[in-house]
Amino acid sequence: MAIESEVVVVGGGLAGGFAALAAARGGADVRLLSYKQSTLAQASGLVDVLGYPPDGAASDGDGGPVVDPYAAIPDLPDDHPYRAVGVDGVREAMAVFDEVADRYRGAHTDRNALLPTHGGTVKPTARYPAGAAAGVASDDRDALLVGFERLVDFDAPHAAVHLENAGVPFEVEGATVAFPGDLAADAKVTRYAKLLDEDAPVETRSGGQRRARDALAAAVETHLGGAERVGFPAVLGDDDPGAVRESLESALGVPVFEVPMGPPSLPGLRLEDDLYAALDAAGVSMETGNPVVDYEPDGGADAAGRVASVSIDRNGAKIPFAADQFVLATGGLVGKGVGSDREGVEEPVFDCHVPHAADRYEWFDTDAFGDHPFARFGVPTDGDLRPLDADGDPEFGNLRAAGSVLGGYDFAAEKSGSGVSIATGHAAGAAAAEAVR
Amino acid sequence: MSDTDHTSDFEPAAPNPDENHEPTQVFGEAEEFDLRPGADSCYKCSSCDTSCPVAEVDDDFPGPKFQGPEQWRLTQTDEDYEVDESVMSCSNCMRCDDACPSGVPLSQMHNTTRGRYVDEQMSKLSVEYWRNRILANYRTSAALASKVPRLASFAMNFGPARWAMEKTLGVTSERDFPEFATETFTDWWQARGGAQVQSADKRVAYFHGCYAEYNTPEVAKALVRLFEHFGYQVAVPEQGCSGTPMFANGMLDDACRDAETNVASLSALVEEGYDAVCSCTSCSMSLRQEYPELFDFEGTAEVAAHTYEAVEYLRIHEDLAGAVAEADVDGELAEEFAYHAPCHARNQGLDRQAVELFRELDGVDIEDVGDSCSGISGTYGWKEEKYDYSMEIGEEMFEHMESAEGETGMTECPTCAMQMEHGTGYEVRHPLELLEAALVE
Repeated sequence: MAIESEVVVVGGGLAGGFAALAAARGGADVRLLSYKQSTLAQASGLVDVLGYPPDGAASDGDGGPVVDPYAAIPDLPDDHPYRAVGVDGVREAMAVFDEVADRYRGAHTDRNALLPTHGGTVKPTARYPAGAAAGVASDDRDALLVGFERLVDFDAPHAAVHLENAGVPFEVEGATVAFPGDLAADAKVTRYAKLLDEDAPVETRSGGQRRARDALAAAVETHLGGAERVGFPAVLGDDDPGAVRESLESALGVPVFEVPMGPPSLPGLRLEDDLYAALDAAGVSMETGNPVVDYEPDGGADAAGRVASVSIDRNGAKIPFAADQFVLATGGLVGKGVGSDREGVEEPVFDCHVPHAADRYEWFDTDAFGDHPFARFGVPTDGDLRPLDADGDPEFGNLRAAGSVLGGYDFAAEKSGSGVSIATGHAAGAAAAEAVR
Repeated sequence: MSDTDHTSDFEPAAPNPDENHEPTQVFGEAEEFDLRPGADSCYKCSSCDTSCPVAEVDDDFPGPKFQGPEQWRLTQTDEDYEVDESVMSCSNCMRCDDACPSGVPLSQMHNTTRGRYVDEQMSKLSVEYWRNRILANYRTSAALASKVPRLASFAMNFGPARWAMEKTLGVTSERDFPEFATETFTDWWQARGGAQVQSADKRVAYFHGCYAEYNTPEVAKALVRLFEHFGYQVAVPEQGCSGTPMFANGMLDDACRDAETNVASLSALVEEGYDAVCSCTSCSMSLRQEYPELFDFEGTAEVAAHTYEAVEYLRIHEDLAGAVAEADVDGELAEEFAYHAPCHARNQGLDRQAVELFRELDGVDIEDVGDSCSGISGTYGWKEEKYDYSMEIGEEMFEHMESAEGETGMTECPTCAMQMEHGTGYEVRHPLELLEAALVE
């Protein structure tokens, strides 16, 4: 006997989450199946719609960043996932995002914001956490970047020089301070965050005891100079980053911002928390911990056309989940939704068609920063986001795909990863709920 | 950053003309339990480190990425490598397994490395060794204590005795030992004459573990009545401890001894058409995941594939959601529950099961108190030097419990229940007790 729902979403990242949310809000009984915790811990927490035009797009002008992503979408290549969703579909999905992630900023304009990164580059993005808002690169207030001696992922002086070289319209200095308390040399980002969340008493260098937030502000104060804002690595709390930031701002007397970091990323983990809180509130059923490995077509093994159920593998036991509509949101190469070996490239759950050259030496460009075909590997879809087989027909009538399992776009190059996941996830979930009714 | 034009002389060689040469297979055939492919899958994203409750509070704990793939590699390259003793600070919550996007068998690495540390480096004369051994072999003490349950419950919590245990053994005196039941589950089972329902095709073997046997037989009885209500023939096979506390303390010989008993008796029943069900999520975790990872007795894989958590089993094989939606609860269990999902339930995909099932149940309310670890992690929070960390890890759960509407806790895990009660004073119930109240006349 299978566990039954109206809509089953396979994958628990941004695409799967927004698909499940849209389907649940569309009135369907939804179950989300996810093998592991989402890979949002590896995301910066910035939410991009479109940062750079893809090579060869009509909007590909001077190689600079896209000013207005919504204006650029109609010029994208036909097989780009945004073309299936359309500009209005992207807007609709981003409105849902804004409601779900209310600690994000950037919704006041269609134009991209420019945010400094931990490497000292400037990144165009559509939405950014409130904690990063005081850091925008278009702001002309002078900034101080602060790094911690033992948190080697962020070298503040180095990032400051990089930003100045990038031509930001403000003076920026970098300083490295000892984080208060006797943390281990390899303390985890969650350790920093917890000390600040709890505002725990820590040992100061003079041997006294002081609250963590005060002690940190005191360590920074001597470096402040004329800085009108201060940027820290994004470890300022996990549960209540707003309160941590406020404490630091009132102690330092200037606005404080977080600089997005590489993995593991607290802003990514906070976004995961917001997303899952919304799923819970919408009444979505969720099951994480076992991979979906197989499916059962409707009407026995020979009758293609519809998916009847998917099975998770649980230590050798196969447990079926039946539904009326399915969404495939298993991710790309990182999330393991697209697999490859030396023979070919595949989509492992439904064995959907993934176009790729027979000769694997044609999968990549010899130039490391060149235009790699593998970056766009994924399933092609019709306008309803249904994966298409090699003949261009839908693989199944009741299966839609969303997020980086989709082909036809290079999210790393064009900075569109979150936007495509949110927009296609939302559209696939809404269409699934529609089909159930 | 300027986007300069990258030029390169790199020209990949033509594919190897010898079709039989497969350059990716340079390590030969994998031996059994070869963790190398797992270690090689680690690309150091550190997601595991952010999931680790101990690394968040303990500055001396280097985190799962070091304890797992990094330290495992060191043990492979140097015969004289001494395992870092910090592996003993891992609480075996296994959250890192769920966090890893790359399928690295972190907890398996922790278990094997910890076993190696205890085997080769830990003094068998040390107080710590014997303290851990006694904690890990809870079943042995419980079996003795249950012969004189009232005396044991008193003596175990007698102030001066607790002080002495902390001073001599390093078992914290902050906690109360659980009460021993005056009648064990198996005594009750035998007194009622065993199974009351016979069935040729609906059969489950109940792996009750230690806690439901000696401390909370009401949970075990609820399981029996519930499964009989759905028409199952229940068997209670010969069994030892599932091994969970032994893995966590690196006592692999003790775990192996009990695992052999369990696999033998359960695989015999599996061959007769039985599936195994557990009421404790750590027991089901152990039989499903740790046995195949650590042991290779005949039938280990079959037992793993046929083991289920009890409520999960009914969700799969019966219309449990439909039955619950039509039921209502009144009386003692018509409560608002503050539910905590045990870490070991998470990896089995069971962390949402109780809240999703009971939100449809009339007469009760249930609220999830968040995704943090309770902090006790079996024997971890019983160790005098870990007690403060244990409570710091649990702080988030305590706060969520206090702010939840209900004042009765709920969880599947016996030690999580101890921690919930210890931190809040709430009485804690098991989902099976509530299901019995809802569905069984």
